[in-house]
Amino acid sequence: MNLQFNDEQMTECKRLVARYPEGKQKSAVLPVLHLAQDSFGGWLSTEAMDYVAQILNIEPIEVYEVATFYSMYNLKPVGKYVFEVCQTGPCMISGSDNIIQYIQQKLSIQPGETTQDGLFTLKLVECLGACGYAPMMQVGKIYREHLTKEKVDAIIAEYTQQAAHQQ
Amino acid sequence: MGVKLLLEKAHIPGIRSYDVYRREGGYRAVEKALKEMNPESIVEEVKKSGLRGRGGAGFPAGMKWSFIAKPEGVPRHLVCNADESEPGTFKDRYLMEFLPHLLIEGLIVSSFALGSNDTYIYIRGEYAWITNILETAIDEAKANGWLGKNILGTGFDCNIHVQRGAGAYICGEETALIESLEGKRGNPRIKPPFPAIQGLWQRPTVVNNVETLAAVVPIINMGGDEYAKIGVGRSTGTKLISACGNINKPGVYEIDMTISVEDFIYSDEYCGGIANGKKLKACIPGGSSVPILPANLLLKTAKGETRYMNYESLSDGGFATGSMMGSGGFIVLDEDQCIVKNTYTLARFYRHESCGQCSPCREGTGWMEKILQKIETGKGTSSDIDLLWDIQRKIEGNTICPLGDAAAWPVAAAIRHFRDEFEWHIQHPEEAQIRNFGLQHYADPIHVPA
Ligand SMILES: Cc1cc2nc3c(=O)[nH]c(=O)nc-3n(C[C@H](O)[C@H](O)[C@H](O)COP(=O)(O)O)c2cc1C
Ligand code: SF4
Ligand code: FES
Repeated sequence: MNLQFNDEQMTECKRLVARYPEGKQKSAVLPVLHLAQDSFGGWLSTEAMDYVAQILNIEPIEVYEVATFYSMYNLKPVGKYVFEVCQTGPCMISGSDNIIQYIQQKLSIQPGETTQDGLFTLKLVECLGACGYAPMMQVGKIYREHLTKEKVDAIIAEYTQQAAHQQ
Repeated sequence: MGVKLLLEKAHIPGIRSYDVYRREGGYRAVEKALKEMNPESIVEEVKKSGLRGRGGAGFPAGMKWSFIAKPEGVPRHLVCNADESEPGTFKDRYLMEFLPHLLIEGLIVSSFALGSNDTYIYIRGEYAWITNILETAIDEAKANGWLGKNILGTGFDCNIHVQRGAGAYICGEETALIESLEGKRGNPRIKPPFPAIQGLWQRPTVVNNVETLAAVVPIINMGGDEYAKIGVGRSTGTKLISACGNINKPGVYEIDMTISVEDFIYSDEYCGGIANGKKLKACIPGGSSVPILPANLLLKTAKGETRYMNYESLSDGGFATGSMMGSGGFIVLDEDQCIVKNTYTLARFYRHESCGQCSPCREGTGWMEKILQKIETGKGTSSDIDLLWDIQRKIEGNTICPLGDAAAWPVAAAIRHFRDEFEWHIQHPEEAQIRNFGLQHYADPIHVPA
């Protein structure tokens, strides 16, 4: 198996497992899947899920069941930056439709697609608990709120630059 | 200015840190509870306070606590529900983000009252940065002797762990939450057995909302009787309301439940009126699951009395002419909003979030979404409204968990109060693509901007 947590990731993994009583290590499957997704390129391959099963000493199917239930786990490769734009009622009445359309147009992708350079994925999601700061989207671990077209431009420029820097 | 018990100190610089929180009188409730009280007397105070669960159902917290089974030698657990995924609701986020120690303090007192040595906070996965804030606060509390072994020399041990969910509204339902904490899919359990008897790992468990557990702090500090004097009737204490939609000042507000809906919407202290000088059309006052009300029924009950922001008044008139306090997610719609489209996005939400265990919910939510989409895009037929009504009725009450009801109610209320808007959509499919139905007779008759 090629996928492995490095030392730092393994320490974090052990901390997560230690929060539950003896013999209840299966409880750690959600947090450990988050860790695996963050560590292995933003998505969960079968190999990654099997690795998690092995660490937690549970059957692979127990991990697949969980990974397919929760919407935050990506089961297919995604772009470096995933724009998860909220489309539920409160955001919709605050103008999320226009923002979604604008991002589609600007990046030339449809919801669920990734730009050709592999940088951006657009995903439409349901209420993220930011309804008072709408329209909004989540990018990685942060929320970008009070979105306007200008703000979207700035955010795309910011990440494009960030990615160029890292190359 | 109303009384503030939870957010009073939210704006003090640095209050997120232990030192400032402590300097401002934090952790007094833990000292009092652990040194001067015992678990029974704490439960008694919470009962006296009249505190009702702030997660949506409004069940009396003290009573819930008194149901917990205490079999010999079996650990018990307190679980804090920070899943907060009901559209329109973002109050727990605010509390945890700005006053993490208030929640931790409430959790320590409540864990002591319930005998929980390992307490879990289940937080929605998207609130990743708040997870870090909470873990920092827990570390600080531990370093200062408020958590860990033998707290304050009383022999009470307690640790608090934060677990992130991974994107599933259904995990806010308490038994689905427990399944998720056990590392499984979030499929709600059939009750009984209730969590108080067999919950997390089959052990007695109490699940409470973030705000409920934070409210335990002022209750212990001031005493249950004093707490109960705030508010009105069975709506005691204060309630956090997250206000959003077409208002001038969206945000999280603490109210003492004596304020009228009208004041809440129009006063500058709270929502600051409808944005862009528009008129109020409708409002969903307690999170997406509760019935939507047109402006006239929102501000006044069917009997013509003033409607107030509390449990009883918001539900005055039942589902025929009233709504619910729910989670406190207050969604305001102005004259430009389309009720059909709004209802469609909510139906899509519930279809997306149905766990799929019960056929009425799994099939019904998808079916309602399809019909609503059809009407919204100008392809509806005249029988669709009755069909929608029929489907929602067949879901309600026929499912394992209340998500089915939560999906049915918004559709039912939209048709009940805005049937002519649905009809107009169907009769004018082309026009409905270009403009909205507007206000008709729904408008707030009082606040018409010049
Ligand atoms: C579909 C569904 C979603 C729910 N989501 C939440 C939630 O996000 N937060 C919450 O505190 N309660 C939620 N609840 C209510 C919980 O089941 C439970 O009643 C509550 O956490 C109890 O806490 P309380 O008594 O302090 O309100 C939800 C219920 C249902 C049916
Ligand atoms: S009502 Fe819906 S969400 Fe609840 S258990 Fe049944 S299928 Fe799952
Ligand atoms: S509806 Fe978009 S964050 Fe709640």
